[in-house]
Amino acid sequence: MRSIILRTMTMYLLPLLLIFSVFLLFRGHNHPGGGFVGGLVASAAYSLYLLGFGIDKVKTIFRAQPIKVLAFGLFLAASSLVFPIFFGKPLMTGVWYEHKLPIVGSFGTPTVFDTGVYFTVLGVTLSIIFTLFEDKE
Amino acid sequence: MNSILAMPVVFPLFIGIIMLFFWQHRSIQRIINVIGSTVTLALAIYLTWYIKTSGIQCLYIGAWKAPFGIIFTADLLTMTMILVSGIIGFATALYSLGTMDETREHFGYYPLLQIMIMGINGSFMTGDLFNMFVWFEVLLISSFSLVALGGERSQLEGAIKYVILNLLSSSLFVVGVGILYGITGGLNMADLARKIPMLPNKGIINVMAMFFLVSFGIKAAIFPLFFWLPASYHTPPAAVSAIFAGMLTKVGVYALFRVFTLIFVTDIAFTHTIIIIIAMLTMLSGVLGAASQMEFRRILSFHIISQIGYMILGLGLMTPLGIAGGVFYIFHHIIVKTNLFFVSGVVSELKGTYLLKKLGGVLKLYPLLGLLFLIPALSLGGVPPLSGFWAKYTVAVAAVEKSEYLALAVSLFVGLLTLFSMIKIWNEVFWKEQKAEYAAEQQTLRQLPKFKIAMMFAPIILLAAITLFIGLYPEPFFDYANEAAHQLLNPSVYINAVLGGAQ
Repeated sequence: MRSIILRTMTMYLLPLLLIFSVFLLFRGHNHPGGGFVGGLVASAAYSLYLLGFGIDKVKTIFRAQPIKVLAFGLFLAASSLVFPIFFGKPLMTGVWYEHKLPIVGSFGTPTVFDTGVYFTVLGVTLSIIFTLFEDKE
Repeated sequence: MNSILAMPVVFPLFIGIIMLFFWQHRSIQRIINVIGSTVTLALAIYLTWYIKTSGIQCLYIGAWKAPFGIIFTADLLTMTMILVSGIIGFATALYSLGTMDETREHFGYYPLLQIMIMGINGSFMTGDLFNMFVWFEVLLISSFSLVALGGERSQLEGAIKYVILNLLSSSLFVVGVGILYGITGGLNMADLARKIPMLPNKGIINVMAMFFLVSFGIKAAIFPLFFWLPASYHTPPAAVSAIFAGMLTKVGVYALFRVFTLIFVTDIAFTHTIIIIIAMLTMLSGVLGAASQMEFRRILSFHIISQIGYMILGLGLMTPLGIAGGVFYIFHHIIVKTNLFFVSGVVSELKGTYLLKKLGGVLKLYPLLGLLFLIPALSLGGVPPLSGFWAKYTVAVAAVEKSEYLALAVSLFVGLLTLFSMIKIWNEVFWKEQKAEYAAEQQTLRQLPKFKIAMMFAPIILLAAITLFIGLYPEPFFDYANEAAHQLLNPSVYINAVLGGAQ
């Protein structure tokens, strides 16, 4: 299934979808969006590329091992839970940076947590999809 | 701040995550696992001391005050369980170095183990009923993977039974939680303990209590809900079945202790009488089941069930001595039972089988192993001066005090049959000559690498030493259990510690 239409479209869609996934990630918390949806959109982008170009091509643009991405995401998320302890607050309390950052908006431990979820979802989805396609080819 | 309370939960999580970074590096995972379990054990010891000296402590997660947010609460019962899970986690970490095969280690055995310990510790720590459900799921999902990891035929067969019955139990649990929330409008355990006695409809409380009895009962493997246990615990590798046998059913027992001393205490004549009857039937059915088995780990699995009966009996009596006996029993039992599974693993490593028929002659070749089996086995049977004697004695005395003579008779009779089972294993595995036709497949201890031998025997010796220590010097343990029972029977202390001024 190497259709020219899909290939051409994917070339344009991949960066767009990735940017959109980051947009969704930072839009979350108080609006629809967040790490889970963002991660799914990002993995959908790579899956689309996979359908168009095959597993070997995807691995040239997505160099990391999915399991490491998953571990990194989990580590970020877990760190954000422990972080408030250093400020003398109980576990999992939201700690916010008082100024707004460009693009991200308010920045705090929930942002880090969401980013962790983003990478976890990306890692899980890609490791499932990569495994399935490796078996097939 | 009390954030240290969350450490037995958060720390294994981090260990598990860090191991994921070294997915392909088996040896690094092994090292991290041992270091991590050691630290978790140290944390557990420190926390136990902390709670013992400063009373019940709470951690309001996310700074949401009870009863609105999720809380972690640690009293002495919690700490007993956390401490023992630390010990077992450490022993299993060592034992895995000696016995776990390469394929399983490659497919995430160690991360799964750590995440399971996180789930176990979380369900002990939490002070919120729905949160307890979530922790149950965490530990169940990783235990599902552990039980099936390796994908042998018998393993998958056992895993299917294990998964289905535990899912059934979880769904009953969540239905119960839902109804309870509908009635009381809260799920914080201390809050429930305050609200339940004020409910006008007494009948529905008992209905709820039965929901929780059945759902925790399936997890704790009480009569008549225990069928999944002997069908699945003998299938995974020895290290996995040892930690399962030690910890997992006791999570259910812990939940029963928590719920039936704190929340459902309005109609003791009804609920706790049922618990006593179930306890007797559990003891009997477990021990009789074991008598008919001829496979090492299956016998041990059935004895988990019969021993659960003693713990539940302590709970059902609902006297200070009964509860203290139950707590003491849990502590002693986890250590002894894990140790027996460890020994069975070593025997099968040497002889290549768990079938009593094919085994034999171990004592002649390895007298030390025989001794190391005898300590936990006689302790399980309740022979003085080992730990099991004091545990059984306490529960028996508590039964006499409450004039439950039938329960007393059953518990003594079951003790006798337990001893019979242990002696059966002793005869078949250690004493009798091995039949010549089965002798071919075995390997001798000398053929194994030295490191492997050391790692197999170190945890067994450690746990046997703890058993001996409790047996010869039970006083501090018993004082501790007494104090834990005192806390459990005076829920107002717990409630005040959690809700504080929020009332």
